[in-house]
Amino acid sequence: MDRILFGDNQFFAVNHISDEKSRAQAMRFKDDKAIMKTLDYAIELGVDTFMCTTHERIANICEIVRNNPQKYKDFKIYPCMPYAHKYANAVTELGILGTIKQYVPGNFVGSMFKGGMAFLSKDYFSMIELLIDSEMKMFKGINTPVIFLQNVITDLLLGLGMKDILVGYYNYIKKKYDAEAGFITMNMPMLLDVLNSAGIENPIICSSINKAGFRMSGGKELYEETLANRKLRAIAMQVLGGGAINPKEALEYVCKLPNIESILFGASSKGNIEDTVSTIHLFDQK
Amino acid sequence: MVRTAIIGAGKMGISHLSILGANPKVNLVGVCDTSKIVTEMLTKYSSMPCFDDYKVMVETAKPEAVVVSVPTKYHYEVSKYLLERGIHVFVEKPFCLSLEQGKELMDLAAKKNLVNQVGYHNKFVGTFQEVKRILDGGFIGNIYHFEGEAYGPVVTKKKADTWRSDPAEGGGCLMDYASHVIDLINYLLAPITECYGSIVKPVFSSKVDDVVFSLLKLSNDITGLLSVNWSDDTYRKMSTSITVIGDKGKIISDANELKIYFKDKTPEGYSKGWNVKYITDLTTEVDFYLRGEEYSLQMDHFINTVDTKATNSINTFESAYYTDRAINLIKTNAR
Repeated sequence: MDRILFGDNQFFAVNHISDEKSRAQAMRFKDDKAIMKTLDYAIELGVDTFMCTTHERIANICEIVRNNPQKYKDFKIYPCMPYAHKYANAVTELGILGTIKQYVPGNFVGSMFKGGMAFLSKDYFSMIELLIDSEMKMFKGINTPVIFLQNVITDLLLGLGMKDILVGYYNYIKKKYDAEAGFITMNMPMLLDVLNSAGIENPIICSSINKAGFRMSGGKELYEETLANRKLRAIAMQVLGGGAINPKEALEYVCKLPNIESILFGASSKGNIEDTVSTIHLFDQK
Repeated sequence: MVRTAIIGAGKMGISHLSILGANPKVNLVGVCDTSKIVTEMLTKYSSMPCFDDYKVMVETAKPEAVVVSVPTKYHYEVSKYLLERGIHVFVEKPFCLSLEQGKELMDLAAKKNLVNQVGYHNKFVGTFQEVKRILDGGFIGNIYHFEGEAYGPVVTKKKADTWRSDPAEGGGCLMDYASHVIDLINYLLAPITECYGSIVKPVFSSKVDDVVFSLLKLSNDITGLLSVNWSDDTYRKMSTSITVIGDKGKIISDANELKIYFKDKTPEGYSKGWNVKYITDLTTEVDFYLRGEEYSLQMDHFINTVDTKATNSINTFESAYYTDRAINLIKTNAR
């Protein structure tokens, strides 16, 4: 994985500290062209990996990338699935079964019921496989070397103790997409324990890692200890704490930590992208 | 370890279940849901014992504490059954469909000396807790106005009906969305005791309200506005905020950002004029995070209260009863 990954929160009005900033971003990135322009700034600065949710607007970005193969020949996308709001809204509206009926392609649910409720584990997992495939459709023809499970799903499964589904996801991504499976989580040490206990060694885990200790469940010290003593390919996200931490100090903290393979950040303006990239390079050299 | 069970593993229930599952103090003895797909999946992939009848679950699993996250119209029946058997209860919001039912449960829990908590999670949000601290310290002087607001994209087009679209089952923006803001006003300032008039109307829904605007008066005579709209798709997700204006300052807060203006006296860590603080500085750390610290914190609070045999003082049935009462006032004064 590259040292620096470019994120997509700013494009979809995701701001963890301010609704006002969030609205300003929604206005600024109303058109796909504005998103593309910002991605191009990042690419110019050598940031070739875009880590993004499977938001419906990403399909348009993929289309642009596919149509300009020369320009984007080194460009990679790390998809993060699912775009959870889509499903959360559907569950409110249609219930859990209704949501499955709506989003699982074909008449999978219908046939399950016709078949006399033969609920076997194989059936559940093939349903999950179909959902993964439908989320991955928009990335056809794009280089996607790592495919992530979003934190809301990873952590839901973690709390429910559904280890086998996490393992199933890991194996399916490898087999079907010839890619690495990654996990986003707000509970990195706990997830690492569970993945290790299931025989998954050195997993790719993206989690909140920042100087303020924000969203580092179990505590900053436990994270630092885990990074120093355990085997994982760590990606640090929310390094700036949503903008609440001084950027220089924030980046210095993350760059000095052991075992951080990549740093994920998002920014809207060319200036901010330049500053962040050059500051990371500066602390990396020290 | 607290022998804990859950009744209702839908959207909120499954999230509570995951949070309980990660809590080392919890011994999960039962999950009850009427949806086969949910219980079969839990049986297949987790070690949780599942049931489809809550009475059978209570008899068999013998929980000390139960989380009730069934549709609102069943809150009364299920909670009453549990309280009568000496079981501590956490029930989702809004509390009850009728004031009589709420009062009965409140009295029953008190009589039996059982822990009783309702899922108004905003009271566990760091920014709102800080607002409470500043208001209680009197730092913004005599309060003469408040505005409680919530906006979000729940119903943004005409949709198929579910229980949430049936007023008799506790559906609608007033019951579902506005209840959070009403509860927050009750908690931060004082209980709502009067409604001068409300507009409670549909935008896209056929049977329930989608927007609520209301002029309110509190038990301490402070007056203000309630403005809630769950059909606003300029918001990515629910955004709840409160503005409080006094003769010595002003507070504007949502779940992420707290902005305070002080005219003269300030609490420690603040200065005269505008101050901005973020949730990154104000939140309490949790051991397991799912969708927001507040969801983990409220569940930890419930479990700890049961575990230490303490008395709950936050989000009690009584406070939720006052919220139900305010919902009723707003509805009765709607035009």
